[in-house]
Amino acid sequence: MTYFIDRRPNAKHKSAVNRQRFLERYRHHIKRSVEEAVNRRSITDMQRGESVSIPAKDISEPVFQHGPGGRRTVVSPGNKEFVEGDKIRRPPGGGGGGGGTGEGSASNQGQGNDEFAFSLSREEFLEFVFEGLELPHLERKSLKSLEEIKMVRAGLSRDGVPSRMSVTRSMREAYARRIAMRAPIKRALKEAQEALAEEINKDPILKNPARIAALEAEIERLEKRIEAVPFIDTFDLRYHQLAPEPQPSSQAVMFCVMDVSGSMTQNHKDIAKRFFLLLYLFLEKHYEKVELVFVRHHTAAREVGEEEFFYSRETGGTIVSSALTLLDGIIDKRYPPAQWNLYVAQASDGDNWDDDSSICRDLLIKELMPKLQYYAYVEITPHEHQSLWHEYENVAKRFAERFAMRQLVEAGDIYPVFRELFKRRLSTP
Amino acid sequence: MRVSRDAQPIATGSDWNFDILERFDEVLAALADEYQLDTYPNQIEVITTEQMMDAYASVGMPVGYHHWSFGKQFLAVQQAYKRGQMGLAYELVINSDPCIAYLMEENTLMMQVLVMAHACYGHNSFFKGNYLFRTWTEADSIVDYLVFARTYIAKCEERHGSHAVEQLLDACHALQNYGVDRYKRPSKISAAAEAKRQEEREAYLQTQVNMLWRTIPRPLEKSERLPGQLHDEDDPLGLHEGGRYPAEPQENLLYFIEKNAPLLAPWQREIVRIVRKLAQYFYPQRQTQVMNEGWACFWHYTLMNRLFDDGHIDEGIMLEFLQSHAAVIHQPDFDSPYYSGINPYALGFAIFRDIQRICQHPTDEDRAWFPDIAGTPWRATLEFAMRNFKDESFIQQFLSPKVMRDLKLFVMIDDDQSETLAIGAIHDEQGYRRLRNALCAQYALSLREPNIQVFEAAIRGDRSLTLHHVQESRRPLERSVYPVMRHLQQLWGFPVHLLSLEEGRVTHRYRWPVEETKVEGTH
Repeated sequence: MTYFIDRRPNAKHKSAVNRQRFLERYRHHIKRSVEEAVNRRSITDMQRGESVSIPAKDISEPVFQHGPGGRRTVVSPGNKEFVEGDKIRRPPGGGGGGGGTGEGSASNQGQGNDEFAFSLSREEFLEFVFEGLELPHLERKSLKSLEEIKMVRAGLSRDGVPSRMSVTRSMREAYARRIAMRAPIKRALKEAQEALAEEINKDPILKNPARIAALEAEIERLEKRIEAVPFIDTFDLRYHQLAPEPQPSSQAVMFCVMDVSGSMTQNHKDIAKRFFLLLYLFLEKHYEKVELVFVRHHTAAREVGEEEFFYSRETGGTIVSSALTLLDGIIDKRYPPAQWNLYVAQASDGDNWDDDSSICRDLLIKELMPKLQYYAYVEITPHEHQSLWHEYENVAKRFAERFAMRQLVEAGDIYPVFRELFKRRLSTP
Repeated sequence: MRVSRDAQPIATGSDWNFDILERFDEVLAALADEYQLDTYPNQIEVITTEQMMDAYASVGMPVGYHHWSFGKQFLAVQQAYKRGQMGLAYELVINSDPCIAYLMEENTLMMQVLVMAHACYGHNSFFKGNYLFRTWTEADSIVDYLVFARTYIAKCEERHGSHAVEQLLDACHALQNYGVDRYKRPSKISAAAEAKRQEEREAYLQTQVNMLWRTIPRPLEKSERLPGQLHDEDDPLGLHEGGRYPAEPQENLLYFIEKNAPLLAPWQREIVRIVRKLAQYFYPQRQTQVMNEGWACFWHYTLMNRLFDDGHIDEGIMLEFLQSHAAVIHQPDFDSPYYSGINPYALGFAIFRDIQRICQHPTDEDRAWFPDIAGTPWRATLEFAMRNFKDESFIQQFLSPKVMRDLKLFVMIDDDQSETLAIGAIHDEQGYRRLRNALCAQYALSLREPNIQVFEAAIRGDRSLTLHHVQESRRPLERSVYPVMRHLQQLWGFPVHLLSLEEGRVTHRYRWPVEETKVEGTH
């Protein structure tokens, strides 16, 4: 007796729960791997999963086992030249070699493997990268200021374009109407038929041929009327109705602002790039659409493409306010704050022309900050802070919620700083 | 062999569909009948690769409770498979009634037929016939029990938090190889599964009551002392009152814990029980690997050849079969880079084929070694061998000089007190018996795993638990003994001691928690 069952349509991922349990249990290890990966990986490389290794001893499931030592006998196949009583020198490196692995049958896994390796999917990887992080000020743009509108279905109406016709509802209406219109006719028809039957069944002497004829005519007329009730009428048609509904904005722009003056080395830029990249990935997780605008500056600011932003060399002094002014202009022209969530990430080595720093502060406080969701400033320098930092501190005081600044010294700092900047804040009452 | 190649092959090529499989199954069933293979009904399930990996991770069980270790298993399988380090098994078969076998959809037609012959008729008849499976497992209720276990553990997770359950399962898993009764036969299940569970629950509540009585320190009956006057001054812990508990050493650690651990909550005891029950269910499989696979290989080989002889499959499929059969029963030499121990398929297949040969065409050597089976009807002899042995006794009984010669087996002695390794015996006249004994010992679970038993629970004293490890040939315990002791201590709730004994002499003492030192500032 045999039954065949096709289980293929059944759920796969039966192990999903167990897999999650495993990830949960070794969260600590995995996070460490992920953090290392973030620091080590080349920049274009963030978008894939990661293979994670955990020291096998940390996840072993211990059981009572024989350890090495003592006297063991091992039976092995494939004897070639041995005869009884032969002495063989021990293979170097302990018990291995020869028949030594015969014992391995008792423990089916893990022997000799120091690392337990597996891969995280891209989503899981990013999940770990951004675990515990939150977008600052994630309140979506408030509804009243919103111009973005989405049409949503909102019930039915009697008129509309054919493409929006609701067939089921129309047919239902038609059915109801047909029942309603035919009911009185059917009733009359039934009465007429009964009368006719009664008349016919009467005694031949009592039959009234005229009445029979009249009734037959009536029946025929009624049947015609029933026939005449239309199957579907314009009256029945129903259309889906759409109503406009304001939508919270799901698009964000991220401005990358970087100082490219002579004092910024390629190393500085690489560090900055990673920071920008992290922010980009992070925004991408939260918004449907994220646009990037690259603004670079020395004494004058320019909007450039990504390649040029990171890799072309410039020299000269530094005027940060040029970039902020350009930023303001771009926002006004292309990204109305009502529709876009605006994020700015600025990287610099802290150099600025002395008189310019106060201008920057004013620009930020008066013009930019009211429009922005968040402003993150990282200063890549091992040195003392200069005027720009101190002026920015004033801004940070005014907009503690939305303005953040940190110092970076080397690539390894990026991730901790990033986490620091975006760590989940306890909700303030 | 009969050759009647007039019949049309049922199908050719590598594509299959359910219709074709059903027709093959009919033919296989008829052949199995002819060979008098007694099987459970088959439930053949076609699954995807992904599902096969899932099945792997849960040791082939159709349902299982959740635990991270299964996730780890899954990840390991997935990783190995993705990297091409390992192919998935083409089949998985579960000892249940009906016998559930999984076929992977990626398999070729040949593979599906081979798997049906191997699993649905080979393994299946082994599950139904072998004495270990007959006595230790309840094929008809295992799936129900798994469902019960899963829901019960899920409920516990809800009630007590998944962390607490996980910890408990970790501890139980560490001891699950010691959660089986090796010698005591479990009573046969008679009532329906549902009633059985009910009964268990009652029995279980009863043990709770017994527990209380057993673990509260109490005086001996003859010394009529009042509670509160338990201990005299010479013996303040009262260790010497009464006999040792348990009176006899106990081999089933999990059972002992379930029934005696002083502080476990009822739900915890139930989970210990679940792990123990499942370990018991898998116990026969661990003891019959060589036989089970050898038997299944023997039958797929026999049945596939019959299919070919009767014209149900063509040369193409037959060649494909022979190639994959050769791969399955391949035994790399000990010095090959592919060597990873003795291949149970190879050894089992060789022995069963050899039994058939001894029955059909005995040589003088066979008559000398196997006077009772040489020349007997092979089918009955094979059936007898399958039904009444486990790996160690099977090898002891049926490993013939010819198989030893064919596999070129030899014994190596690795003694840490001698400079060199020594060859103890090889496949020659003086060596056969010692070789066979050594191989038999290699498959004896009781020698493969350290022999550890509960020696004493100080129920009238500090409630510590003492285990004895009976050491053989000076083979010490692996360092994993410490984490296992820790798990044991978590279950028991009080300190745990483990003594390694060889010939009555203590060679090693382990203790958990590790001996505290009274140095200030230790953390």
